[in-house]
Amino acid sequence: MAADAEPDRIGLVCDGRRWSYGSLLRAAQGAATLMQKSGATHVALLDENSEAAAMALFGAALAGIPYVPLNYRLADADLAALLARIAPAFIVGDQARVNRLNPDGGHVTLSRAEFVAQAEQAEPHPGAEEVDGAIAVQLFTSGTTAAPKAALLRHANLLSYILGTVEFGSASPEEAALVSVPPYHIAGISALMSSIYSMRRILLLPAFEPDAWLALAAAERATNAFVVPTMLSRIVARMDAGARADLGTLQAVAYGGGRMPAELIERALELFPDVGFTNAYGLTETSSTIALLGPDDHRAAHRSADPVMRARLASVGKPLPTVEIEVRDEEGRKLPVGERGEIYVRGEQVSGEYKERKALDNDGWFPTRDAGWIDADGYLFLAGRADDVIVRGGENISPGEIEDVLMTHPTIADAAAVAVPSVEWGEAVGIAVVVRPGQTAPSEDELRSLIKNRLRSSRVPERIAVLNALPYNEMGKLLRREVRALFR
Amino acid sequence: MKPGTKLKSAVCDTEVMVIKAADVAVDCGGAPMAAERPAERGVIDPAFAAGTKMGKRYVDEAGTLELLCVKAGQGSLSVGGVALKLKDAKPLPASD
Repeated sequence: MAADAEPDRIGLVCDGRRWSYGSLLRAAQGAATLMQKSGATHVALLDENSEAAAMALFGAALAGIPYVPLNYRLADADLAALLARIAPAFIVGDQARVNRLNPDGGHVTLSRAEFVAQAEQAEPHPGAEEVDGAIAVQLFTSGTTAAPKAALLRHANLLSYILGTVEFGSASPEEAALVSVPPYHIAGISALMSSIYSMRRILLLPAFEPDAWLALAAAERATNAFVVPTMLSRIVARMDAGARADLGTLQAVAYGGGRMPAELIERALELFPDVGFTNAYGLTETSSTIALLGPDDHRAAHRSADPVMRARLASVGKPLPTVEIEVRDEEGRKLPVGERGEIYVRGEQVSGEYKERKALDNDGWFPTRDAGWIDADGYLFLAGRADDVIVRGGENISPGEIEDVLMTHPTIADAAAVAVPSVEWGEAVGIAVVVRPGQTAPSEDELRSLIKNRLRSSRVPERIAVLNALPYNEMGKLLRREVRALFR
Repeated sequence: MKPGTKLKSAVCDTEVMVIKAADVAVDCGGAPMAAERPAERGVIDPAFAAGTKMGKRYVDEAGTLELLCVKAGQGSLSVGGVALKLKDAKPLPASD
């Protein structure tokens, strides 16, 4: 539709090259022809963000084949398993890695440059016959507790999200949105769709780095941006260290994807007094945003002396008009205002569906596994994951994997890993250990290198406590909230 | 008609996609819309010539029918001689 309305208007800028809506549509139509000819069951992207991500997303939709952007940061063994699950696929990006990890998958692979050049040349695809309930996008969850689940988003889910949140062609020609989230994240997909539908020019930053972000925002006169809290933390740190960029055109910054530390958002509100901040809460399974804390709420909370108002800065705001949100107890009963429970959501944009199973209940409600509560005025607050996953800079970490490694140490009798507040990462790892009778506690350095050597550096604890015993309830269940309280 | 169905005007360039389906016949410019445009274009009824706008959503009084205009034209949309109205869009801050 954007290409119909204004084919020559610039829709996307990446690495200094500019693409009009007309040329993006033409390339997507050519890409669809290539995809269909390949006979693939999935279209995948194994690459940083670029114009190829937009062409692959819309090309796959025209060809009627599910689009599966893959996390290029995954370890070889994990990525190999995912490649086998989508075989045979049409894959754009790191050909060498695909061929090395899944040589028998029957995949058709193209480098980014080959894909873009061939898509521009190929016969335009007229658009596949529309099938009811067709799958638009398949995203693998991070899979910290088990094998990654394949979340399915149907065209109807994504369309409902876009129609519910964006007015077609509503952006003025000056508006430009800086997109620095990776293409395999739901926010990376929704940013492409929302920006193109509103006709807000997309400024793609292939790999986030704070100085590159500041430079691109200034050079292309960005008016909007979406960041995860960790990105905002790094941008603020660079500016506090003296980095300067002309961000005079910046009007709106939306953030989401993890817990926003209160100190960080307050600092950002001071640093950017004329920018409207929006906290967007959503999940992969809900086609992105389901609740919003808007610019006015941010400023009102920031200025207020009333503790209830001030606390709203930590809220994710109110549900979109097109979705319903409830907080329920462990038996599934709706909880009253102020009580903590699990967040449930319902609406047409909510897929709540995996390739393996559907997670919606009979009435269409999706249990998010996020814990939270709603205040008297309807503002939603998050209170960690219902299943206690640690979310460090957008990366989900299962406490169990860290505890298992700690328990291999000869002097450790018991161990718990929990989320601790972190200004840089939103959450980081804290551990509490109990030493065997008659033994001396290992040094903090020893515990850190044990984790680092067996797992990844993101799992290394920031905080360590040595206890006489861990807190358990009468059913023998570890009381993680009491462990977390040690690190407040 | 069902959600996702596309309908074309017989008298102008208007094309709509069904968002919420109802068991009714939709007219554009006073003439019935259909999946395919007729070979010869009809004449727009002056009573239904206010035009359609791309990207706007049109609903009936009861809110049971909702159409998204994907191509603009000179005719306007109606059901049973009653004009459809523009759906109010509540602006939300950009969230992605």
